[in-house]
Amino acid sequence: MSARRIFTRPARLAAIAPYLWMTLLFLLPFGFVLKISLSQTAIAQPPYLPVFDPTQGWAAIKAAAADLSLDNFRLLVSDDLYVLSYLRSLVVAAVSTSILLAIGYPIAYGMARLPQRWQPIAMMLVIVPFWTSFLIRIYAWINILQHDGLLNKILLALHLVAAPVVWLSTDSAMYLGIVYSYLPFMILPLYATLAKMEPALLEAAADLGSSPRQAFWLVTFPLSLPGVAAGVLLCFIPIVGEFVIPDLLAGSSSLMIGQTLWLEFFTNKDWPVASAAAVVLLLLLVGPLVFYDRLQRRQLEAAR
Amino acid sequence: MADELPKGEPGADAADIPLLRIDAVVKKFGAFRAVDRLSLDIKAGEFFALLGPSGCGKTTLLRMLAGFETPDEGRILLDGRDIARVLPHQRPVNMMFQNYALFPHLTVRDNIAFGLKRAAMPGSEIDSRVAEMVALVKLEGLEKRKPDQLSGGQKQRVALARSLARRPQVLLLDEPLAALDKKLRESTQFELMELQRRLGMTFIIVTHDQEEAMTVADRIGVMDSGRLEQVATPRELYEAPASRWIAEFVGDVNIFEGQVASREADRLAISTKDAGTIMVAEPRQPISKTNVCVAIRPEKVKLSRRGPVSDAVNAHSINRLEGVVTDVSYLGGITSYKVKLDTGAVLRSSMANTARIDIDAYSASQRVVAWFSPDDGVVLEQ
Repeated sequence: MSARRIFTRPARLAAIAPYLWMTLLFLLPFGFVLKISLSQTAIAQPPYLPVFDPTQGWAAIKAAAADLSLDNFRLLVSDDLYVLSYLRSLVVAAVSTSILLAIGYPIAYGMARLPQRWQPIAMMLVIVPFWTSFLIRIYAWINILQHDGLLNKILLALHLVAAPVVWLSTDSAMYLGIVYSYLPFMILPLYATLAKMEPALLEAAADLGSSPRQAFWLVTFPLSLPGVAAGVLLCFIPIVGEFVIPDLLAGSSSLMIGQTLWLEFFTNKDWPVASAAAVVLLLLLVGPLVFYDRLQRRQLEAAR
Repeated sequence: MADELPKGEPGADAADIPLLRIDAVVKKFGAFRAVDRLSLDIKAGEFFALLGPSGCGKTTLLRMLAGFETPDEGRILLDGRDIARVLPHQRPVNMMFQNYALFPHLTVRDNIAFGLKRAAMPGSEIDSRVAEMVALVKLEGLEKRKPDQLSGGQKQRVALARSLARRPQVLLLDEPLAALDKKLRESTQFELMELQRRLGMTFIIVTHDQEEAMTVADRIGVMDSGRLEQVATPRELYEAPASRWIAEFVGDVNIFEGQVASREADRLAISTKDAGTIMVAEPRQPISKTNVCVAIRPEKVKLSRRGPVSDAVNAHSINRLEGVVTDVSYLGGITSYKVKLDTGAVLRSSMANTARIDIDAYSASQRVVAWFSPDDGVVLEQ
């Protein structure tokens, strides 16, 4: 066996690994979900029809395939419940991401301008919340926000309010929870782009007559746009599908799509509709990703 | 020869009011004095070089002129106005940065136009000024490129055009050619000089490369430990260095330590351990100490097989040293020799290769006479 083969075989296997991973853990399950979304709900085990049974032969599978339909997708479009859930998810994600950007950018900017030796410490402080389980932190917020919680006690003690304020089960509590949970995902990519920016560029901008404010908008901000895009996508996409935070902190008057999906699946036991909702959600999220990818590729090509 | 040169102090012509006056400026970083009570006048239209080893404070001084650092003490007068505390974006001074600091997200055109837009110049005027700058640095056709699509030399030109576009009263250049390879650097040096003369602008360049400083500058300020050691024309700096440190920092030099033995007419006799008694011309500034050293540039030291026959009449005033050639380095234009003197000291000599076939070339282990005129040695206090 030649030396070349010894070294190339593991390298080839390593190149295949991500595709194998994607196929086994994403494409295959997605295929199942897609198939269920085209099926009809049934009181059976599993709770949908038709079921592909390879043991019954090719003709049976063909017959089963003929029973697949787009009915569930038609339902999603025609029923306000789903449309409103999607809309609410997108609005909540958009509003939260905007708040996250408005808070995260100044923090990342401040971190990047700290003296070198303080930067790792600041980074640690951003990451530290991850050491506690996400669910426990949300329950801590419930504790703080509840009727006789810490927040109301402080407000009453300072005589800022006359009676306890209702925080829990409001949109404010939900936004607070989302912004709190996702802030590190906004800060870290922003910090990464801002920290690697050459300080001489700002000096050059000042030298050429820019006030500090102009230098920020003309040089710092445009150069940080890749970080902004990364942070926005890292927050927006999971927030659209968020389930735990709205379920625990928001009221039950209007639902995000994650909650609707959960209801369909666990309460209504309507797997096909829940699957269809999941497929549509995925398509909604793939859209902006593809757009971002195109944008980046175009920038790369322009730079060539 | 050196004595005919005007003294390199600024404002030799009293009628000249300096464009830029640096007056007793101090800059401290903690306890470290990066610039230590430094004063300097620079005239309008001058090409001035700040030369020194790294860490000597030359870049700090330049950054104070640009406004990126504020002096702890002293004044910086530009056209009579103290700008020491004026913010960088409000100074009529522009800087070309060491690594160019081009804006990577902007095209060549937008980089050059950046400063003009901040000056609220009307669009049509910006267009014509940019076109003028692009032509000046010969970047035609590259206006729409981004910096990472340019070669090193092209980036350097964009940086130059960008810093010149606002027509600053003073252009500061921070090691502007350090990133270029040798050939390109040399041709760019001449372009810089030509440009400066054509525009009549005042240029201040910071460099650690003494050849570069001598090539481009009208006057050079040599800095060490935050102070100016000497301010002079390139020629005076080389031929009449103010101190042993400068003699050794600028170019190659042979140094012989010794004592003043006698004075006769305009000649000093210095008795040295390594080269016997050396006769040198009396320096302009009288030597007060007895411990001195003699500095002789290698190209002033001639080699021959039997000594300077034609100068036999003045033989008493010619310094004559004997030794053996130990090293011969052929460098193309010149050949550099090391001669081990009979005293054991090593003397360096370099001779121009004026003919293609040199029958007089010396070879290693050949016995030679090295000689130099008293006018070519410089006496310096140790």
